[in-house]
Amino acid sequence: MVIDHDQVRHLSEVAVSVELETPEMTLNIGPQHPSTHGVLRLVATVDGERVFDVKPVIGYMHRGYEKLAEVRTYPQITALINRIDWVSGYANEIPFIVAAERLMEIEVPERAQYIRLILTEMARIASHLVFNASYPLELGAATPLFFALRERERVLDLIEGVTGGRFHPNFNRIGGVKPNAGGGPTQRKVSQDLPKGFFEETRAAMERVLSVCDELEDLVAGNEIILARTKGIGVLPVEVGAAYGVSGPNLRASGVPFDLRRIESYLPYDRFDFDVVTAQNGDCWDRWWVRLEEIRQAARIVIQAIDGIPSGPLQAKVPRVIKVPQGEVYVRAENPKGEMGYHLISEGGQGPYRLKIRSASYSNISILPHILEGVLVPDIIAIMGSLDFVLGDVDR
Amino acid sequence: MTLLENFWVLVALKALVIAAVVPLTALVLGYAELKISAHMQSRIGPYFAGGRWGWAQLIADGLKFFQKEDIIPDRADKAVFKMAPALVLMSTVALFVVIPFSPSLRVRDLDLGIFYVLAISSVSTIGVLMAGWSSGNKYSLMGGLRAAGQLIAYELPLVLAVVGAVIQAGTMSLNGIVEAQAAWGIPFVIPQFLGFVIFLIAVLAELTRIPFDMPIAESELVMGYVTEYSGFRFLFFFLAEYANMFAMSAIAATVFLGGYWAPGLSDAQLQYLGPIILVAKVFLLVFLFIWFRWTFPRLREDQLQSFAWKWLVPLSVLNIIATGIFKVVF
Repeated sequence: MVIDHDQVRHLSEVAVSVELETPEMTLNIGPQHPSTHGVLRLVATVDGERVFDVKPVIGYMHRGYEKLAEVRTYPQITALINRIDWVSGYANEIPFIVAAERLMEIEVPERAQYIRLILTEMARIASHLVFNASYPLELGAATPLFFALRERERVLDLIEGVTGGRFHPNFNRIGGVKPNAGGGPTQRKVSQDLPKGFFEETRAAMERVLSVCDELEDLVAGNEIILARTKGIGVLPVEVGAAYGVSGPNLRASGVPFDLRRIESYLPYDRFDFDVVTAQNGDCWDRWWVRLEEIRQAARIVIQAIDGIPSGPLQAKVPRVIKVPQGEVYVRAENPKGEMGYHLISEGGQGPYRLKIRSASYSNISILPHILEGVLVPDIIAIMGSLDFVLGDVDR
Repeated sequence: MTLLENFWVLVALKALVIAAVVPLTALVLGYAELKISAHMQSRIGPYFAGGRWGWAQLIADGLKFFQKEDIIPDRADKAVFKMAPALVLMSTVALFVVIPFSPSLRVRDLDLGIFYVLAISSVSTIGVLMAGWSSGNKYSLMGGLRAAGQLIAYELPLVLAVVGAVIQAGTMSLNGIVEAQAAWGIPFVIPQFLGFVIFLIAVLAELTRIPFDMPIAESELVMGYVTEYSGFRFLFFFLAEYANMFAMSAIAATVFLGGYWAPGLSDAQLQYLGPIILVAKVFLLVFLFIWFRWTFPRLREDQLQSFAWKWLVPLSVLNIIATGIFKVVF
């Protein structure tokens, strides 16, 4: 049969002019929106519920920490970098302090390293519990929030008991951790380094955390609607994730066993028995599941660490005025959100010459335009929530 | 007594009673939701307002809304914007007209009672669509359109689910349906269980409550069609939501759970105990709705559509056919 192309075109034009015109609409999501985790702005082009493309606009929370670090001394900077990813404030400090120590060639005492490791894993538990609290909320289920945040508060209490700070511990010192830890600002300074009863309380808290993981799994994983909303939604292929620099649980959910705790040696993770959790599909569901499983692994590490913590000093010998010798170093660490790195350049002064902060969330949300193409409006929220970013970590 | 027989006095009296009952049910159910959700989430809920158990919390909230500025956005279609909450509340109030609280305690027993209920309850969606359209806000617009899509998907199973009970009762009058259940001795929920479940699901969608709260969808559309409303007009939507929940539960209780009737009570006793029995049944259903709301996440709009068209509509048609066959054969 011969097709008359002109006639086909004519017919299609007639059909178009008969149908209702549905022009695209620009939907501005954020910076003030309930589920953008702060001040992320997404400019989405939508046709009805279908999303054509999404442009993330960041920078509403830029605080200029990289520049501020250039005019501050090393001990002052830890107070700043606590506030990068405030959901896991403690974990931010580690790579920076380790970078400075590497340049100064300081050997940190064993006990201090163990305390750092325990608190880092607690920060990971706290951060992933926040994710487990907020993600079902974004899908419309309000109750898991309370289950998860209740146990997170126990973990934060423990962090506060050791460091004196609930969100912003500011606890690490170059060469170790804050001496005389255990007393808050209002308490009398005591000579013990960890608060009384810390080990028993930690063990109890970790057991509670493990049991709330089971509860959350019951509540969330057993729900058909959650499965329908997350399975196969927002699939992140490995190549795309790697090309955009995605790291942490988001990449592990796509099946890459990339965990800096195994690769780098910033803390003595090689002495502990834990699994690098990976999943296969890389969809929202897998990202949720990987984070839940990582809570369990982190609790395992904490229990092992409090069993095997050595005694000894908390601080190496460091000069009173800290000056870092000339040099350049890049230290990266596995933070709850992914790879966090500090590129430190020192000219020998009391503060860095230049500090480049590589934060996980910044790279993680860079895949949003790719991953959100062609989804539905409700899926924007489901996918965005599953990436688990913090705007302070994006903008710095 | 002669005064009560005057038609206009009676109408005014009934209107007053309904105007008092509608906000009251909304307050009671709103308070129940606050308290029940709190206890599901290891919280206490309202505690201080009113001196004890926070019983006055919602009254305080209501008074707060009265004090708020009535903001109408610049780009809003002002007349429609103002009319929408009134229309939504009006359809809810109109539902209370036919609910039989006892054999004689009701405003009006219409011959087509159940038909009237289903028709008037969909008027509120027009109000929602008006609110979404007139706000001049894209989130509101999307919320309004979702509500319209939801209505089309769920009105059909809602109607079809009731048809089974109507066939069995042989009447569409709500009083007639209750009397049929009383004569039969068992409520229709037992022979019409499938219809009851479909009706409940459709009512949830009609009320735009979780898991079907896409038109509001706080985490996606901010507050959907109510995004731009504030103060008194917001209160209208709030009242309508909870009063509607009471009304639809009362309809479900009347059609499927026997309404004001309970086994073993004489007609004279039902005159007094009827309202209590009905409200108890309503609270049972409302508890179920609240329980769903605080356990389930939200479906997606397209999932809801396929659920309605692929499962609920065929199932309810099946229910009608089965009921019809049984009615003819036995």
